[in-house]
Amino acid sequence: MTPRVVFPNKVLPYLLVAPQLAITLVFFYWPAGQALYQSMLKEDPFGLKSKFVWFANFEKVLADPAYVNSIKVTAVFSLATALVAMSVALLLAVMAEKVVRGKGVYRTLMIWPYAVAPAIAGMLFLFLFNPSIGTLAVLMRKAGIAWDPLLDGTDAMVLVVTAAAWKQISYNFLFFVAGLQAIPKSLIEAAAIDGAGETKRFWTIVFPLLAPTTFFLLVINTTYAFFDTFGIIHAVTGGGPGKATETLVYKVYNDGFVNLILGDSAAQSVILMVIVIALTAIQFRYVERKVHYG
Amino acid sequence: MRFHGVAAGVAATLTLFSTTSAFAVTQISWWHAMTGANAEVVDKISKDFNASQSDYEIVPVFKGTYPETLNAGIAAFRAGQSPDIIQVFDVGTGVMMAAEGAIKPVAEVLEGAGLKFDKSQYLPGIVGYYSKPDGTMLSFPYNSSSPILYYNKDIFQKAGLDVNNPPKTWNEVWDAAKKIKTSGAAACGYTSTWLTWIHTENFAAWNNVSWATGENGLAGGEVELKINAPLYVNHFQALADLAKDGTFKYGGRTSEAKQIFLAGECGIFTESSGGLGDIVKSGMNYGIGQLPYDSDAPGAPQNTTPGGASLWVFGGKTDEQYKGVAAFFTYLSKTEVQEYLHQKSGYLPVTLAAYEATKASGFYDKNPGRETPILQMMGKAPTENSKGVRLPNLPQVRDIENEEFEKMLAGQQTAQQALDNVVQRGNAAIKDAMGN
Repeated sequence: MTPRVVFPNKVLPYLLVAPQLAITLVFFYWPAGQALYQSMLKEDPFGLKSKFVWFANFEKVLADPAYVNSIKVTAVFSLATALVAMSVALLLAVMAEKVVRGKGVYRTLMIWPYAVAPAIAGMLFLFLFNPSIGTLAVLMRKAGIAWDPLLDGTDAMVLVVTAAAWKQISYNFLFFVAGLQAIPKSLIEAAAIDGAGETKRFWTIVFPLLAPTTFFLLVINTTYAFFDTFGIIHAVTGGGPGKATETLVYKVYNDGFVNLILGDSAAQSVILMVIVIALTAIQFRYVERKVHYG
Repeated sequence: MRFHGVAAGVAATLTLFSTTSAFAVTQISWWHAMTGANAEVVDKISKDFNASQSDYEIVPVFKGTYPETLNAGIAAFRAGQSPDIIQVFDVGTGVMMAAEGAIKPVAEVLEGAGLKFDKSQYLPGIVGYYSKPDGTMLSFPYNSSSPILYYNKDIFQKAGLDVNNPPKTWNEVWDAAKKIKTSGAAACGYTSTWLTWIHTENFAAWNNVSWATGENGLAGGEVELKINAPLYVNHFQALADLAKDGTFKYGGRTSEAKQIFLAGECGIFTESSGGLGDIVKSGMNYGIGQLPYDSDAPGAPQNTTPGGASLWVFGGKTDEQYKGVAAFFTYLSKTEVQEYLHQKSGYLPVTLAAYEATKASGFYDKNPGRETPILQMMGKAPTENSKGVRLPNLPQVRDIENEEFEKMLAGQQTAQQALDNVVQRGNAAIKDAMGN
C-alpha cells in the first residue's frame, strides 16, 4: 500500500511547474509559432515588405528538385550513419565484455568521443582527410586510392558519415554494454554447454535479446543523424560538392542564413518539425515501453 | 536611516556621473568581421579616432564571418536594435541596396552633417561599385581588394619557366601549368580560390564581356545572366580538361586553395590581393603578376573589380549619431589613415591621395606587386561590363555556380552544360528574389 500523496494547495503545484512551463513556452512554443507564421510569409531579409501567401512557400519547397535531392541525401546519410555507428558500437561492446583486465579503462576510453562537439569532430576529420593537407588522405593517396571529397560526392558522403558515426559510437556503446549486462549469464552458459559456438550464441541468444536496445538506438541514431549533425556537415563539406551532402537541416540553414530566403527556410523547418514530432511519437509509442534500462 | 541616506546619495551621484558622460560623448557602434591583423587595424583606427576628438566614441564589435555579421545586422534591425555602422562584404551589397528603408546612404549622412562628399578624391572603380545607378554613394568602401596572380618562383625554376615573366594570358597559364606538371616540378600546375569571383565576375570585367544584362545588374531592373557565352565556355572547358589529370587542382568554394599553394603543391595561383599577408608569412619565394586575361577577348585587359567590404549606415538614428558617423568617415578618408590601412592590411587605399602618398614613400619599390591590384583597377575607365556585378541574391547565385562547377570538375558534365545550368537556375532564382 503506497500512501496517496495529496496536495492540499491548489496553487502551489502550478507555481512549481511554472518555471518549466515558462521555459517551454518561451524557447519552444514561441519560436515554433514564429516559424509557422514565417513559413506563410514572403518577405525580404530586413522584413520591410512582407506578404502573407498561405502555403505557397510549402508548394514551392516541395516542388523544388533540390529539396527532393536533399530528402534523398538525408535518407542515405541517416541510415548509413545509424548503421555504421550501431554495428561498430555493438562489435566494440561485445569485445569489451570479453576483456578480463582493465574493463573499466576500455569502457571509459570508448565513451570519450561523445564529449566532442560536432563542429570539432568535423574539423578533426577535415584535417585527417583533407585531400591536400590531411594526414590520412596522404596515406590513402600513397596506397593508390583516389580520394577527393572536394569533388567526388560519394567520397564526401563517406567522409561525413564516418565523422558523424564516429561521434555516436560512444553513446551506442554505452547502451549496448548495459544491454549485454542485462542478459542472464545462465542462458549463455547453458547454450555453451549444449555445444553452441561463440558466433552461434551471439546470433541466437544475445542479438535477439538486445533487440529492444537496438530498436531504441535506431530511433535515437536516426534523430541524431537528422538534426545533430549540422555542425559536422557545416565544417566538413558545406553541403557540397554539388549538393551531394546537403541534408534537410543544412538546407534550412543555407536557404535562411546564407541565401536569406526566409519564407522557404521557415517552411522547410516546419516540415522538419513535423518529422521530429512523428519520430518522437514513434519513440514514445513503441520504444519506451519495450526498452529495459539494465 | 542614515546609512540609507548615504547609499541613496552615492547612487544619485553615480547616476549623475553616468548621465553627464553619456551626454558628453555619443557612442557610435561599428559591427565588423575582421580577424587577425585586420582586426588590429580596426581597433587601432577606432582608438586613434576616439583620441583625436572628444565628441564621439567609436565602439568596434567583432560579429563573426562576413555572412554572420550581415545576419547579425539583419536580425538586429528586425529587433529594432541595429548598430550605427555595419561592415558588409561585396556579395551582400545587393542585399543592402534592396533594403532602402533600412539604410541611410553615406552621401546623405555626410551632407546632413554639413560635409561634402568629393567623389573625385576616391578611386573610381571602387566608388562606382558602391553607388546607386544615379551616382549616389550608398556605402563607404573600407577594405577593397582585387584578384591577382601569384606564382612560386622555385617551382618555375625547376620547370624551366622564366622566373621573372609570369604568364599574362590564360592560354599562357594553361601552358605553364602543363609544363609544371609534366616536368614534375610540382604535383599540380594551377589552382585558384573563389572560382565565382575570379573566373566569372572578374573574368567578365577584365575581358570586357557581359556577365549579365542591365550592366551586370548595376542598372537596376531585370537581370539575366550571360555567363554561358562562348568565351566563358572555352575558359571553363579548359579548366575542366586540366582538372582531369590534376594539372588544375580545385581547392574549394572560397579561399581554401590558398593552403594548396602554400604547401607548394601548385606552381600558379590566382587569389585576392588581400591574401598576400599569408603568402608573405609562409616565407615562400613568390612572385606576383596581373590577373591573366583571355587573348580571344578584343578589349582585354580592361579593368578588374573590387571585392572586400564596405561600411553601411543604418537608418532611424539621431542627428547626433549621424554627425558622429560622418566625422568618423571623414577621419577614415584621411591620407595617413588610408596609407596605414593599405600598407598594414594589404587592402587597397580608397583615396587617390593615399595611393600617391604610398607611391611617393617608395613603398611599392620595396614591395613590388602591392601596386598591381591598383593598376589593374585604374588602368582604364570602367565599361558597362566592368563596374562589378550586383544581384539581390548574389550569395545564392554563387552557390548555384559552385555546385555546377563542382559537377563539371568531377567530370559529370561539360562546361557548356554547367554554364547553361547556371544561367537557367540562376535566372529563376533572380526572378524569384526580385519578385519579393
